[in-house]
Amino acid sequence: MVNAGDMNGSGNLMDFLDEPFPDVGTYEDFHTIDWLREKSRDTDRHRKITSKSKESIWEFIKSLLDAWSGWVVMLLIGLLAGTLAGVIDLAVDWMTDLKEGVCLSAFWYSHEQCCWTSNETTFDDRDKCPQWQKWSELLVSQSEGASAYILNYFLYIMWALCFAFLAVSLVRVFAPYACGSGIPEIKTILSGFIIRGYLGKWTLLIKTVTLVLVVSSGLSLGKEGPLVHVACCCGNFFSSLFSKYSKNEGKRREVLSAAAAAGVSVAFGAPIGGVLFSLEEVSYYFPLKTLWRSFFAALVAAFTLRSINPFGNSRLVLFYVEYHTPWYMAELFPFILLGVFGGLWGTLFIRCNIAWCRRRKTTRLGKYPVLEVIVITAITAIIAYPNPYTRRSTSELISELFNDCGALESSQLCDYINDPNMTRPVDDIPDRPAGPGVYSAMWQLALALVFKIVITIFTFGMKIPSGLFIPSMAVGAMAGRMVGIGVEQLAYHHHDWIIFRNWCRPGADCVTPGLYAMVGAAACLGGVTRMTVSLVVIMFELTGGLEYIVPLMAAAVTSKWVADAFGKEGIYEAHIHLNGYPFLDVKDEFTHRTLATDVMRPRRGEAPLSVLTQDSMTVEDVETLIKETDYNGFPVVVSKDSERLIGFAQRRELILAIKNARQRQDGVVSNSIIYFTEDPPELPPNSPHPLKLRRILNLSPFTVTDHTPMETVVDIFRKLGLRQCLVTRSGRLLGIITKKDVLRHMAQMANQDPESIMFN
Amino acid sequence: VLFPQAPRMLAQSSRNSASPVLLLVLLGCVLCPPAQASKSSEDIRCKCICPPYRNISGHIYNKNVSQKDCNCLHVVEPMPVPGNDVEAYCLLCECKYEERSTTTIKVIIIIYLSVVGALLLYMAFLVLVDPLIRKPDPYTQPLHNEEDSEDTHSLAAVPAPAGARANTVLERVEGAQQRWKRQVQEQRKTVFDRHKMLS
Repeated sequence: MVNAGDMNGSGNLMDFLDEPFPDVGTYEDFHTIDWLREKSRDTDRHRKITSKSKESIWEFIKSLLDAWSGWVVMLLIGLLAGTLAGVIDLAVDWMTDLKEGVCLSAFWYSHEQCCWTSNETTFDDRDKCPQWQKWSELLVSQSEGASAYILNYFLYIMWALCFAFLAVSLVRVFAPYACGSGIPEIKTILSGFIIRGYLGKWTLLIKTVTLVLVVSSGLSLGKEGPLVHVACCCGNFFSSLFSKYSKNEGKRREVLSAAAAAGVSVAFGAPIGGVLFSLEEVSYYFPLKTLWRSFFAALVAAFTLRSINPFGNSRLVLFYVEYHTPWYMAELFPFILLGVFGGLWGTLFIRCNIAWCRRRKTTRLGKYPVLEVIVITAITAIIAYPNPYTRRSTSELISELFNDCGALESSQLCDYINDPNMTRPVDDIPDRPAGPGVYSAMWQLALALVFKIVITIFTFGMKIPSGLFIPSMAVGAMAGRMVGIGVEQLAYHHHDWIIFRNWCRPGADCVTPGLYAMVGAAACLGGVTRMTVSLVVIMFELTGGLEYIVPLMAAAVTSKWVADAFGKEGIYEAHIHLNGYPFLDVKDEFTHRTLATDVMRPRRGEAPLSVLTQDSMTVEDVETLIKETDYNGFPVVVSKDSERLIGFAQRRELILAIKNARQRQDGVVSNSIIYFTEDPPELPPNSPHPLKLRRILNLSPFTVTDHTPMETVVDIFRKLGLRQCLVTRSGRLLGIITKKDVLRHMAQMANQDPESIMFN
Repeated sequence: VLFPQAPRMLAQSSRNSASPVLLLVLLGCVLCPPAQASKSSEDIRCKCICPPYRNISGHIYNKNVSQKDCNCLHVVEPMPVPGNDVEAYCLLCECKYEERSTTTIKVIIIIYLSVVGALLLYMAFLVLVDPLIRKPDPYTQPLHNEEDSEDTHSLAAVPAPAGARANTVLERVEGAQQRWKRQVQEQRKTVFDRHKMLS
């Protein structure tokens, strides 16, 4: 196959600034790749390298390097993803605290770093030190009082607005593809769709920079989904350095699957969970070779992040949990209740968020993206500041909720009434009645819960990078902690009830509210994303032990069942449907009894199929056909009467080949005959030079007969990644089924709007 | 076949030369500090938190010791309880070893701020200064055609900088920048105006 890109001549470095000549064999934007062709090209390449490797030592070394290039790419992806995650964590840490005050000794320290070496921290006021001053202290030298509060409040809102405005402007001016979570689009890309620029360098840079800004601005969103996008951009960047991956879209997607695993790995400090997330949620085809390489990339990324050590304690996540108190069978009942809550919340969130996003897509609301971001930030900042649980960053909130109350915690949640004569060690505190601090904390948590539930619906999907994992976990953690404290107080005050009598003696430490918070977080996350195994693995890698695997599984399973009872789609599939991406889900089951004739085009009453003939059309005829229709490809038949199928030709390749021929070959004019056979047809003398286009013809298109059940056809499309399939009857070409037709048919069968499938 | 092509691939795949250089600089600067981690004295500490005990209030003790010595006996000085109570007091205390790298934090924050500053300046330039100094370009007029489908311009031969190939480096850089701006404009239309992607 002629590689037209080499015509420019190699070695001239300035050539990169010129517009590239599109190759035969590359794909147009917003089209689907041909998986089978990519696979066969890779096999050809591999065979060529293997056969040449026997020739000389240098060729042998080249073949070894080719085999190892995959591992080198994984290593580079892990390094860059880990580094970027470390940068993001450190910068978020600093900028979040910037809203409240500044460190005088060195402005680049966050609050905790500033007070690290100070000797003035006391037990009750662990955060106070003279080097860190709030804005009111700095500007008007007052730290308490109404005017100080109002000044701090005002500056908090100003900083939040400043960060959000900067973020949305950067996204709008430099990289509009950097908005949103990224996971629905990456799912679609990995299933074979091409979105040029979505994984580009500017998108990578802007997404990293603006992610820090939006997380610091206090909006109710997380950074895990965008980190997957960032890691995939890194994957795309490094795979373009090696021709094995840059020229083959199928192989590139293997690299992207592994990069997605690395992204989740650094987000949660969970390499195994990352690989399972990539396998379950993001990837379409996941060969076993990718499993091992994804794990390698995830490990390298986690190790790089650990060496940067953003949190100072060698942990990768702020809310790592270190206790190992046991749980009891009777507690499964509240855990299952939390699972039900998670499922219900997931359903509510998906329905409301999709409705709001649809409104943003179709009405005038979508015309003011910058204004929308500013308004939501202002509302979030204004409501979040008074409540101490929403004022701090969501990761810190989750960390506090996950942590168990030892004797050393000074937060309000741990304001239990202590027995002053108690001399038990740190992790064996018995049941205590709740003090006034706990009651006020419960009120504040309830308000914060309602606020977070409402505001996340409006925040997810705005034109800024926004993730969903952290807000869902926060909602679940708040609900879980409240349930946990409730159960704990119930156990304390009613030791004699049957359910508590066996396992909760007076004076024993039986209920751990922090565990309930973890279970609630897992339940809510599972309810909204419908993850199964990967969720449990991520959660138990977060907790560092297998003790809590049964409660986590119970909650995750319950929330998935409850949520599936209301709707089959998770949030990412729902967004894919909303945007009309051509994503053929492997999880859907097609159970209807339609046949291929019901779906194929042309239908009865439509214009007949546009075909090319094997040797009787001129260049002008073909060009007219291409101009008048917008089909992606044309079947080639023997002749208009016999209609026996020979092959399939892609539109893009026809255009390029004809253009090439007109420019370069002598004698090719509009009247030249195009032929797809090996030998030119018999032509009268004095006819212009014919044009042979056999090399762009796919001689093995997939065909089904008209009575093939659609179940089988859908299965073929899914398993082989086809774009179109031809329908024949008794050997004669009858029609064509494209992937879009299949998706429309499935939508129609599910009573959705078939016109919502937008892309080809 | 890998390495000779690699630099060309790298160069060929970047449309605007600023961003990959920026990325590599970021990568280099960030990977260096953890490598040369010379621990200054303010970078490690052992933090012991002791809760209130009898009539002694709670206290936090910080000391610069190694991980082996990070326990109550080495760090809590002066010991507030008499000798026979020390063990009971120390059982209540919790000691944690923490380390950080101040150089890493400083370098990363400063690099981040400079990247944001550079982007801000470039954004101000593109939005404010560029439209003033650039004459309306005849090649950018077709962009106003909303219904431009993706391949009608591929049949009608694209006039690649029609005529003389721009030969000086400056003109080529400008051509690359124009192409990049066109791409971003297409993306902006897809996402913000037509809402075709990303809701």
